[in-house]
Amino acid sequence: MLTDPSFWLVQGLNSLQLAMLLFLLSVGLTVIFGLMNFVNLAHGSLYALGALIGYSIAEALGSVWWAYALAPVAVAAVGAVLYITLIERLRSAGPLPQVLVTFGLIFVLMDAQRYLWGTDALGVTGNVPFSGTIHIGVEPYPAYRLFIIAVGFAVFGGLYLLLNRTRLGAEVRAGVDDAETAAALGVNVERTFFLVFLLGCALAGLAGAVAMPAFSAEAGMGVGILVPTLVVVVIGGLGSLSGAFVGSLVIGATLTFGTALFPDFAGVAMYAALIAVLLFRPHGLLPARG
Amino acid sequence: MMKRTVLAAAAAAMLAALPAKAADYKVGILLPFSGVYAGLGAHIENGFMLGLKDFGGELGNNTVSVVRDDTEADPGASLAKAKKMVLSDKVDVLTGIVSSAVLGALRDFVHSSKTPLVVSNAGNDDATGERCSPYITRVSFSNSSITRVMGPWMAKQGIKTAYLMAPDYAAGHQMMDAFRATFEAAGGKIVGEAYPPLQGTKDYGPYISQAKASGAQALMTFFAGGAAISFVKQYKEFGAAKDLSLYGAGFLTSAAYVHVQGEAADGIIASLHYVPTIDTPENKRFQDGYKAAYEGKLGSEFAVAGYDAAHVIVKAIAAAGGDKAKFKDELNKVSFNGPRGPLRIDPATHNVIQNMYIFRNEFADGKVTQKVLATIEGVQDPVNGCKM
Repeated sequence: MLTDPSFWLVQGLNSLQLAMLLFLLSVGLTVIFGLMNFVNLAHGSLYALGALIGYSIAEALGSVWWAYALAPVAVAAVGAVLYITLIERLRSAGPLPQVLVTFGLIFVLMDAQRYLWGTDALGVTGNVPFSGTIHIGVEPYPAYRLFIIAVGFAVFGGLYLLLNRTRLGAEVRAGVDDAETAAALGVNVERTFFLVFLLGCALAGLAGAVAMPAFSAEAGMGVGILVPTLVVVVIGGLGSLSGAFVGSLVIGATLTFGTALFPDFAGVAMYAALIAVLLFRPHGLLPARG
Repeated sequence: MMKRTVLAAAAAAMLAALPAKAADYKVGILLPFSGVYAGLGAHIENGFMLGLKDFGGELGNNTVSVVRDDTEADPGASLAKAKKMVLSDKVDVLTGIVSSAVLGALRDFVHSSKTPLVVSNAGNDDATGERCSPYITRVSFSNSSITRVMGPWMAKQGIKTAYLMAPDYAAGHQMMDAFRATFEAAGGKIVGEAYPPLQGTKDYGPYISQAKASGAQALMTFFAGGAAISFVKQYKEFGAAKDLSLYGAGFLTSAAYVHVQGEAADGIIASLHYVPTIDTPENKRFQDGYKAAYEGKLGSEFAVAGYDAAHVIVKAIAAAGGDKAKFKDELNKVSFNGPRGPLRIDPATHNVIQNMYIFRNEFADGKVTQKVLATIEGVQDPVNGCKM
């Protein structure tokens, strides 16, 4: 098996696909984290919300493409409500109240999802793009998973340009580097934070909408993916776009090959990777602050 | 809480034939109407109500009333609700129970309070094995009975190697262990196995790739509900069908959701105690009645278990002739032909003895139908340490 190239090809693609979902989730989290030292544990619930809203949109409008376009907007709107009602007040409250409140939000959002969508796993029945199988060499592979990988790379490219070529990007980089100095130089750090928060929510919603046709949507599906996402943020380095990308690749591969090669230890392997990185690079692989 | 009453009008001719004594019976239905198993709870209750309607005529001048409550698939909450039904509502018999964990939590209470419980889903082997009780009667199935029949049958089809996959919880392991025992005894070899977590992301890609790479001829599985829908679709997307045929406990392609799986279910072979295509008058009556009562829906194996639970209770009431102590014994002496074929209760374990059907799903004209390949008659569990 280990000498079989198709094993490495297929499981490599599986790990890349998982990595791209983790990237879409962790990138918003890490920049919020790095910019304002704010940890939003309910980020995974926004992923579930994206999948469920995406499901409803796809069923109502008959096309999953609408779900990709509108679910991120809807989730960002929910994010805006959360920001104005809760998160803004918590900004100066210190880490413990932030963790407690956003942890509580996980349960509130999960029960709200159960109330609105029920508890069954929901899968779209209509037309899904790329629903067939592609042959890579002789090996069949689901085309949709390649699409997920492509979405991940496209978002990485877009964010790279946003961060390095736009004024907002410069403000974000300045804010992550030294928020006080940036504010003194006339950057509206609060506004930047709000925009970044909304973008993070939208990306979590996009991840949910993109995952939904392949893995179905279910209330509470965000809880399971939260832990790997947090591990990615820590491994990659707080506040770093490239860090989130590299961290996602590391954790995607660890989980997938762990599942394939040592099924009983796949969960442990992720934490082993986390410990190894923290021992040798305490600030993560590619920290935003030098 | 809703109350429904089914009153059987007694024809004069029937009165003459039946013992003069009669009694009023109260049935407590405990099913999940919210939470993960809410869908199954609805199927079972629909079946139960249809059963009371279809067989109510056999009650003579006994009457049956029903109280129902939501177990929420939560063992603690279920126990409290069962106690309320027995102690304050004074029910004569409990029925329902989807989750094996709930059944485990109720066991000691129904045993010590001597309240008969007619189980219409929960398949935990222990419930009619080491933790059996004279007051627990199961009309649904035991986990191991479902997959045990597949071992010899697959070996006979020339399958020599199999890979096992099921969610990592008691039912998953019981189903796989039962298959392993009979498949190996028939000369087959298990070349690998995987137990993905029960909760969490339904991404089976790495597991399916792994099963393919193992070189096994067959993939034997147990998945149910949303997990079954996702698994079957992903198995198809990975193009695994060419080298690795998919087999399973029949819940993999349950009548409750096989229409959602659609073409992806084509060719999957599975074993179960019921398939909707059984060609008997009893099954036709059940399916026609179910369609008429519930918006043209297909009656699933879950609905059949509810339907038969009602039938068992009605028959025991009729046989008891107004004697409620006798009613408890009669529950375990019932036998009849139901939608799934002949059915009786094993006196040694109080588990159901029934046929198992090995069937292939066939997709044509946008519809999945089940073609029965083999019928294994009178499948009975070993005593498994049960002492009545």
